[in-house]
Amino acid sequence: MTPRLRWRKFVSGFMLAMTGVCALVAVSVLFFILGYLVYHGGTSISWNFFTKLPAPVGESGGGMANAILGSAKLLLIASLFGVPIGFFGAIYLAEFSGGTTAFVVRYAADLLNGVPSIVIGIFAYGLVVLPFKHFSTLAGGFALGLMMIPITLRSTEEFLRAVPRALREAAMALGASKWKTIVTVIVPAAYRGILTAVLLAFARVAGETAPLLFTAFGNRFWSPGWQQPTASLPVMIFTYAVAPYDDWHRQAWAAGLVLLGLILVINIVARAILSRGIAVPRS
Amino acid sequence: MHASARPAVSVKIPPIVTSAAARETPTALSMRMTISRLNFFYGSKQVLFDVSMGIATNKVTSLIGPSGCGKSTLLRTLNRMHEAVRGARLEGEILLDGQNIFTQDVTSYRRRVGMVFQRPNPFPKSIFENVAYGLRINGSKVPISDAVEKSLRHAALWDEVKDHLHKSAYELSGGQQQRLCIARALAVEPEVLLLDEPCSALDPISTAKIEELLVQLKDLCTIVTVTHNMQQAARISDFTAFLLTGQLIEFSPTPHLFTTPADPRTEAYITGRFG
Repeated sequence: MTPRLRWRKFVSGFMLAMTGVCALVAVSVLFFILGYLVYHGGTSISWNFFTKLPAPVGESGGGMANAILGSAKLLLIASLFGVPIGFFGAIYLAEFSGGTTAFVVRYAADLLNGVPSIVIGIFAYGLVVLPFKHFSTLAGGFALGLMMIPITLRSTEEFLRAVPRALREAAMALGASKWKTIVTVIVPAAYRGILTAVLLAFARVAGETAPLLFTAFGNRFWSPGWQQPTASLPVMIFTYAVAPYDDWHRQAWAAGLVLLGLILVINIVARAILSRGIAVPRS
Repeated sequence: MHASARPAVSVKIPPIVTSAAARETPTALSMRMTISRLNFFYGSKQVLFDVSMGIATNKVTSLIGPSGCGKSTLLRTLNRMHEAVRGARLEGEILLDGQNIFTQDVTSYRRRVGMVFQRPNPFPKSIFENVAYGLRINGSKVPISDAVEKSLRHAALWDEVKDHLHKSAYELSGGQQQRLCIARALAVEPEVLLLDEPCSALDPISTAKIEELLVQLKDLCTIVTVTHNMQQAARISDFTAFLLTGQLIEFSPTPHLFTTPADPRTEAYITGRFG
């Protein structure tokens, strides 16, 4: 073996090892976080965590039932607001608009996607909280919904565009109008992708804290209706983690574990939906 | 292929070679469709030049010619599919049963002129729902399952699929999928059925089945098919039109065109000297 060949073999082996190590680091970060959360959260989580209100300062025990329900309500409002706008906007983009309009809308959606979430929070504060003069579930849901719009819009559009042209032509040739074609052929052919996109957008905003800080604010009690400040898991984690009580730290870990578990489940469900059913072959 | 480069040639070839067909068959053929002086453009590019021809009722008419000669474009204008293409524009007139097709409501017009495409394109639905689709969207009053069975029988597919009508259409073979697409088109009982190289993605056995099917179907409707397989045109069609660079070079009864072509270019093409 010439020295040159030996050098080449060494470089090849070294680079292979480096890429392998980097891949391993990327994966292990996730597992490290998971493991750390399970270790700390798992020991603090209990049935009380899901059923009880937070305990008054100084007392131990209590739970985050109000934050779990609050997060659910916030996400419901966010989905009701963000998903239809993203979905119908995507239909317009993929099926009706052309050239400049599509470019402008797409570009705006990408910019909106890049707006820092704290800025979205201020915006919702100015637009909803100030006029109503109080923090509310509605305001928090509105802020999260705003963040769902660009994610839903862009990914739904991609899935609609991926429906083969041949299917559109088949429907048109049978006398289907444009709307009939969209409703009966294109959306059904793309629905698994669209559902996945919606779930991923949902998972993305489920963990957002910044937009909720001054919209939904926080609440140590139940928040009846939609017009009062409400607790939410991410904000509770924030408040509890920076508090000077050990018991609160444990509660924050438990909340982190619940939130991460929820997001993982949504992700896995999304992948499962995407991988089964009648797939449209790409032509 | 610009219009300006053409006039010298198009003067030499009078567009009404169609009369040859009329001479050969004096027993007044009724024409389901009539195309007169059709010019077609994609943007500034002209792809069809002054095409005039008739489509005889309950006959099979084949359009042949080398790739890019405009035969698919011509076929697609017959059910106005070109209207979905941005920048497509046409001049001239096409009549169906004596009525201008471009003044009619496009969706109801397309129910009368069905189309089958080059690659089988069933919907991601069950076999049954594929055939039922046209009936459902048109709010048909006939019992749907009877109509589905009838169409599948016409497409010679019934015996192969009757026991699993609710399976995905994608579980069928390519040839079966193409017959399913034919059944789907037949379900709305079109007067004319257009087929754009229906066998080009299929194996020889499936091709033979579809050819046989087309010959049987002409009792049911008028058939226009595009093919770049000359033997296929010779086997199945009553009339053949030869197109070259957007012009209709020759249009006559199939035996006539293949045995005694009038134009030297037709002869060159059918004897395999180009294309």
